[in-house]
This record gives sequence, C-alpha cells and structure tokens, in this order.
Amino acid sequence: MNQTQLLERGRRLLPWVPAGVLLAVMTGPQGRVGQPGYSISQAMHPGHLFDSIAIALVAGVIVQLWGARPAQFRDTVAQVRSETRRIYARREIRLGVYAVLLAFAILLPHMVGAYWQEILVDKIGIFALLAVGLNVVVGFAGLLDLGYIAFYAIGAYVVAYFTGALPVQPPFILNDFYALIFAVAAAMIAGLILGAPTLRLRGDYLAIVTLGFGEIITILAVNLDSVTNGSRGAPGITSFSVHVFGINYDWGLSQVPYYYLLLAFAVIIMVAFAMLENSRVGRAWTAIREDEVAAQACGIPPVKYKLMAFAIGASTSGFAGVLYAAKISFINPSSFTVLFSILVLVLVIFGGMGSLIGPIAGAAAIQWFFAYVQKHDGAPIPGIGVKIPIRPEDIYLYVGALLIVMMIFRPQGIIPSKRRAREIGMAEQGIGGADATGAPIGSPVS
Amino acid sequence: MSAKKQTDAGPVLVDVSNVTLRFGGVTSLDNVSLQQHRGEILSVIGPNGAGKTSLFNCLTGVYVPQEGSITFTSPDGQTHPLVGGKPHDITQLGLARTFQNIRLFNAMTAFENVKIGVEAHQKTGPVGAVLRLPRTRREERQGDERAFELLDFVGLRARANELSAALPYGGQRRLEIARALGTQPQLLLLDEPAAGTNPAEKRDLEALIRRINSEMGVTVLLIEHDMRLVMSLTDRVVVLNFGRVIAEGAPVDVQRNPAVVEAYLGAPADGGDGDAAAG
Repeated sequence: MNQTQLLERGRRLLPWVPAGVLLAVMTGPQGRVGQPGYSISQAMHPGHLFDSIAIALVAGVIVQLWGARPAQFRDTVAQVRSETRRIYARREIRLGVYAVLLAFAILLPHMVGAYWQEILVDKIGIFALLAVGLNVVVGFAGLLDLGYIAFYAIGAYVVAYFTGALPVQPPFILNDFYALIFAVAAAMIAGLILGAPTLRLRGDYLAIVTLGFGEIITILAVNLDSVTNGSRGAPGITSFSVHVFGINYDWGLSQVPYYYLLLAFAVIIMVAFAMLENSRVGRAWTAIREDEVAAQACGIPPVKYKLMAFAIGASTSGFAGVLYAAKISFINPSSFTVLFSILVLVLVIFGGMGSLIGPIAGAAAIQWFFAYVQKHDGAPIPGIGVKIPIRPEDIYLYVGALLIVMMIFRPQGIIPSKRRAREIGMAEQGIGGADATGAPIGSPVS
Repeated sequence: MSAKKQTDAGPVLVDVSNVTLRFGGVTSLDNVSLQQHRGEILSVIGPNGAGKTSLFNCLTGVYVPQEGSITFTSPDGQTHPLVGGKPHDITQLGLARTFQNIRLFNAMTAFENVKIGVEAHQKTGPVGAVLRLPRTRREERQGDERAFELLDFVGLRARANELSAALPYGGQRRLEIARALGTQPQLLLLDEPAAGTNPAEKRDLEALIRRINSEMGVTVLLIEHDMRLVMSLTDRVVVLNFGRVIAEGAPVDVQRNPAVVEAYLGAPADGGDGDAAAG
C-alpha cells in the first residue's frame, strides 16, 4: 500500500472522530437539575472522551477492512453459504434442525438461573409470540401496523374481565382457557373493525391509522376508570388451570410451567403459520406484496387477503395478551404503550421479516440484550471484570443504533426468509416492490 | 394472406358500447364501440397514445369509463356488465390479461407465478390451509399438475424452478401468458406480447397464440405493433387513433384503408418490424 492510499484511508477515518464524541456524550453521566451542561462537560473529561474516540476509530477501521475484504474471502463465504443452503434445502435436514431447536428450547429453562427463567417467559416468550403474529402482517402481507400492541391490550383486558379482575363484573367467571377464546375473538373482531375501512387505503395510511388506534386503546385503558380501573390497573387475574377428569393443575406464578405452556402454544401457532405461508393464502399474500395490480389480475381480492392477515395478526396479539395477563396476574396501561408496538416491530425487522424463526431470534436477541444490561447495571461483568458502559435507561438508544447498522449491512434481518431476502435485493436494484405500502388499489397501470 | 381463415362469427363475447374515458381534460377513449365474437382473434392497433392500453384497463376494471357500457357474456349465456367491476372479480368472470410492461412476481419461481394464476378459482381459505383438509390437499395437487401443464404448454417446463426475473425476456412474456391462462379465461387480453422479443421468439409466440385460440378455445384480444404478427394472426382488426375507432375489418382491408395508412402504418407494403421495440 502506497502513501496516498494510506492518506486516503486515514482521511476516511476522520468522520469517526465526531462519532466518537457523540459516543462520549451518549455514555456520559446523566444531567443534573440546576446544572445545565453538567452532563456534556463531564462527558468531555479527557479520559472518557479519548476512550470513546478510540472505540469509534477501531469501529471505523473494522468497517474499512470489511469493505476492503479480498475477493477470495468473499468467494469462500459465498461458496460456504450456497453449500449450506443446498444441504438445508433437504427436508429431513430442515426437520432435524427444527427438532434440535425444539429440544434446545425444552431444555433451556433448566440451564439458566431464576432471573433468566423469568426473562425467558415474560420478555422473550411473550414477545416472541407477539413478533410471530406481527410477522404475518408485516412479513407475509407487507402491511405496516404500528398499533399492534392495542390487540395485546384487548386480549389482556378481556381475560381480566372474564376472570373478574376488573371493576365491572362479568356475568360468569371463566377459567383462563375459556376466557382465552373470548379474548382472541375480541382481538380478531377489533382487527377486522379497524382493518375493514383502512386496508382499502394506501399502505402508509394504514400505519398512521394503526398508530392512532394504539393510542386510543392506551388512553381508553387509562381514562375509562370505571371499566379498566385506570392507571391503578387490574390486579388478581387468575392463572391458567385445568380441572378435568380429576386432574387439577394450576400454573400459578411459577416460571417453568408457564414457559412450557407458552412453548406449546408457540409451536402450534408456528406450525399453523408455516402451513398458511405455504398455501394458496400465503402465495396470495406474497403476490399482493410484490405487485398488487398483477395480483388482482390473477383474481386475488387484495382487501380480503390483507384483512385476513391483519385479523390473524391481531388475534395472535390478543393471545399473547392473555398469556401475559395470566402470567403476571396484574395489568395496567403502562404495559400497552406505543413503545411496545414499535419494539415488536423492531424484533420482527431485526429477526428477519417473513421468516418463521426470524422473529423469535429477534425477540431472543434484543430482549436478552435488554435483560443483560439491566442485570449487570453498575456491576462488573463476571469473567471480564469491566462494567458495561450502557445504562438501562439509554437502552433504546443503542437498539436504535443497532437497527440502523443492521439496515445498512443486513436489511433482511438475522434469519430472513429466502423470498423476502430476494425481494429486498430486487427492490434495491429497482425491480419490483417489497411490501404493500406502495401503490394504492386501482392505481393506473403502465 | 389467402390462407387466412374466414371470420366464423360466433356469439358476441364482449360488447363495448360508446365507451368514453377521460382523465381531467384529456379524452383517452372517445365513444369507442367494438364487439368481439367468441373464438375470434381480434387485434387493436394504433399509434402510441391512441388509447389501446386504456381500452384494456377499462375491460379489466382498472379504469372506470365515464360513459358507455361494456358487457361480457359468460358461457351460460348470462351477460355481465364490466364497468365498475373490481379487477379480481372480472378475472374470476373469465377475462385474463398480460401487461405491456411485464408484471410478474419477480421473487417467485416460474412455477409459483403460474400457480397463483391457477389458484384463482380454488376455494382453500386459511382454516383449510392450516388444517390441510382433504380438499386443500386435493386442490394443491390439482394446482401443481395444472401449473406444470401450462408451463409445458408455453414451453417453460424445464425452467419451472427458476426465478421469473431470471428468465429471458421472451420467456417472461410467455410466463405471463401461462399465468393468465391459469385463471381459466374465456377471453385473453395480450398487451403487446411481442414487444422486445427477437424474431425467433416472435415466431414461437405466434404459434403459441394460435394454439391458445384453437387448442384451448380461448378468445384472444391482442394489442400489437408488429404488423406482420397482426396480419397473419388475426381475424379482424380495430384501429384506434386519438381514442377513436378509425377503421375496423379484415386485416387485408384495414391495411389498405387510407385513414389507417396515414395515421399509423405509413408507407404501404412496409408493414414490417419497424416499431416492434416500442413498449
């Protein structure tokens, strides 16, 4: 490498210096009341500043090296990848992989401590279920739903109602398993009512309407005091239990039984969605997503299929809401804010839109990151002995940055669906669309 | 031209009557009337911007003309108005189309593209799909078989598992036709199927359209700039210019019509591949 090349490389590292300064501010101390500029001035403390800039420069060098990786290396990677794909395409291998993953999921709670068991159920399990449901809407049908958590709230409040935990009493108290049916139905009906008028609009309007709907549900939960008990929430939701044929079992508040209940439901739902995706319905969704006009010319009614995806997503969300409410036994409106709608969307995008395992991987990765930072807040990481410089209250900032990096280097997500990855690749080259947010129904052709 | 078959005027399949379509101040179709008989191959020709594709879009429900009516007679003798109908309902009735600028599902294989067309008349819903009910399995099997038959019919069987975007241009045109045929049309509307294809592909295409008409009994409405193809293939020609029908009749007669020569064909006896690449 000659001197000019070196100079050029060095010059391209310069933008990483301000990035380092930004990192210093981000990881610096919190502000103090009455002392404006405290946080900034502390962040500019030379030691901290230089550390941050050094980290940014190292990141810059890594990015440069990655960009300049030799063709030979690239070819080898591509070869390994295509070979893996070829092997994975065999049915028995694929089923084997799923079996191993399932076995791992079954053993997992016995390999971790109490803290992680709780995270596994409350954070990862519930949100994986939510992500799998949203994936039908976003990944399969290509619709952007920003109020997804509203259906989760509806599911949770309906189960609270039928187990007698709300100020309004139901005509009869139901076992959770029966209440589940009502809750899922209620979420699905809400989805149909919201979707029927809005799915006729262009995709981006749908995002706005669903965002508004999410807010409406949260505000109703807060202000409809006589029904929802307002922000004090609804305590005392009964847990799942069975009382048939002399078998009496109560899931109670313990983690592991709940984990298995969740796992069983998740497996059933995922098998169902796999069947759906690989059927006439799934192909119709793909067709609408790729080219709505052509899909209509093939006799596919787009509104009907979009509504179907929307209702299926909504009912899955309601389902997750029931499991959450029954597990925690207490709900209040703060669990159903717009932030969670966005979070679930992030899990889907991060994990890989349109793939079945992807959203679960996304949920596991991001929720693990949250929980890890929470757990090790202020304490040195065992084994390494250094404190992680990330504070739990800043966590969304890092997730946002992570998502940006992800969108630049791997827009299809961790485990993408083959077809989705192809669509994104083609959309980048200007061939066809990758979602249904583009042209309105009945827009001019050619 | 002497070997041309005479128009065997079957019953009227599509009746376009006094259709006017305007976009703001621009009149795209001006009082257009035409009839197509069952079994016939009819061509619509005319210069670019004459309203040929607009006519297709009115027929398939993409545009709603302000005036006039379009009716379609199904095999059981019932007439259905097409104006104001939704595109997917019109496809279900038995009109299928291809697009001037090919609109395949690019991230899907050739086989999947055709299968989506074939599935237009199937009934499987989400419940059947999840539970894999006997009817679903039967429909899947029948759909697979039919899709392969159609790929065979258009000569793409060997490339069934390739991505549709990876097919050569002529192959994509034929795939689009196979997808449209999958919806079991009575009437197939082809929007410039020969645009951008090479001479060999054009000959294949001509044979294919003939077979669609004779073997499958599908009535064909064709928009095409390639005059050789139009003249040898079609029973009757309708000429549009500035949204109006300026001539109609057998290809030989239309070719000699002075108004058509002036508006579109240019110098006589040329009728070649001059503007075949337009599209």
